[in-house]
Amino acid sequence: MHLTNAEERILSGENGEVLERMFRLLVQLGDIYGADRMIPVRSAQVAGVSYKSIGDPGVEFLEDYAAKNAKVRIVTFLNPAGMDIEDWQKLNVPKGFAEKQLRIMSAFKKMGIVVSATCTPYLAGNLPRFREHIAWSESSAISFSNSVIGARTNREGGPSALAAALCGVTPNYGLHLDENRKAQIFVEVSAKLEDNADFGALGYVVGKQVKNRIPYFRGIKDADTDQLKALGAAMAASGAVALYHAEDLTPEAHLMETKGLEKLTVADKDIEETFSKLSTGKEPDIVILGCPHSSLREIMTIARKLEGKKLKKPLWVCTSRMVREAANRMGFTQTIEMAGGKVVADTCMVVSPIEDMGYKTTAVNSGKAANYLPGFCKQNVIFGRLDTLLEKVTA
Amino acid sequence: METMRGRTISPGRVEGESLVSKEPIGFYGGIDAKTGIFIEKGHELEGKSVKGKILVFPCGKGSTVGSYVIYGLAKNNQAPLAIVNKETETIVATGVILAGIPCVDRIPVEKISTGDRLVVDATAGTVSLTKKGQ
Repeated sequence: MHLTNAEERILSGENGEVLERMFRLLVQLGDIYGADRMIPVRSAQVAGVSYKSIGDPGVEFLEDYAAKNAKVRIVTFLNPAGMDIEDWQKLNVPKGFAEKQLRIMSAFKKMGIVVSATCTPYLAGNLPRFREHIAWSESSAISFSNSVIGARTNREGGPSALAAALCGVTPNYGLHLDENRKAQIFVEVSAKLEDNADFGALGYVVGKQVKNRIPYFRGIKDADTDQLKALGAAMAASGAVALYHAEDLTPEAHLMETKGLEKLTVADKDIEETFSKLSTGKEPDIVILGCPHSSLREIMTIARKLEGKKLKKPLWVCTSRMVREAANRMGFTQTIEMAGGKVVADTCMVVSPIEDMGYKTTAVNSGKAANYLPGFCKQNVIFGRLDTLLEKVTA
Repeated sequence: METMRGRTISPGRVEGESLVSKEPIGFYGGIDAKTGIFIEKGHELEGKSVKGKILVFPCGKGSTVGSYVIYGLAKNNQAPLAIVNKETETIVATGVILAGIPCVDRIPVEKISTGDRLVVDATAGTVSLTKKGQ
């Protein structure tokens, strides 16, 4: 890989130990994947924030960098934490966990990272443009920015996104290049998709089969950004899909050649089978919505359905603090609270220690959450459409 | 013994017994960093430990936090000796580089079965295979 004189000097340690180490990681990745040079990136999204996810090794790693005065060079947003950073005491978060989580947040903040604590930076103030080079981790946000916006990022791991944030560059390979963004498998959808959960189920079933390839969807008649978010998130969880194209819905779809591609079909029965396959529980202890974090439209929909109702079981709606502010202002939060639910900011069901909070069976409307909850959170799962889930828990 | 040539992801040389997954692996939500044990429900390696094994799988999947899980496995002394892939993605590459775990990709992993003896020379980018019982 070609390095500029300034870049060579970073490697020789002239800009300090942290930058040297982080830049070396980027050079190694560039060499492996055949990058010709480094390219500037405009923004970063850093994953690996919850104490539950990164543990003590992660805390030490981040505090070491913060102590050595590492500072990000570009707008950098942060993934969800393991708890609501401001209201954690009200949510029964174990104290030892909270202390470690707050140390992690301080370390990120010291590095100049916006402690946005959301997996949907594009709904909370970090919105890239079409064809912009960025370095994001968070598999669902990668899928959304590449596919729905048409920005360009590889599937960065938490530390490689941090490296790009600190160095302001990323190696030029993979999805930064036109030739690697081509469709690789054709997916014909005959299934009727209505609820957001249907898109999650579609994503789960397709991700499982296409693994790390780039799918091209035909037959999705319409979808809003919440539904495309659900689709991409599930595909990135059951598989490693970083980019998808959907005919008439995503910005690069019309550039794609689909002749001769291997073909996959998804019918109604595949969607129904996915719901039943991922549902391992019967009666929910809690309903958790918002994986990825809910948009204001999703919160509005939930609030309208809960108006005047009483919940028999706890219900969380997870979102970013920025979106919750708007929900508060519009009274959606209050409506959900009147019914007995909570609008939880900064965190979600996957990265919070729900298994230590007495919950055994969690109901979700997210294909991504249904994928992670059984293993990582030791939960039985009920995966269903919003109305079905609310019916189970309202009087 | 058959020697296969691939690409260096992270250098080092080790010998050991293979643990093979035909399915992709997502480290986050797939393996517990404290115990080294597979926790993903329904995964073909559920309940198995990666510690001291040469972990062989086609490619990564899932969460981008996987890099930290690989790093955590090493810090907690539960890491695999080496990783061999068909295609190593950035998330796994970042993890093995930070953790110092030897890793090679572009290897025809379908030739390898659990329990086979492997010599992984990641610096040279080679994997030498001796089938179990030979």
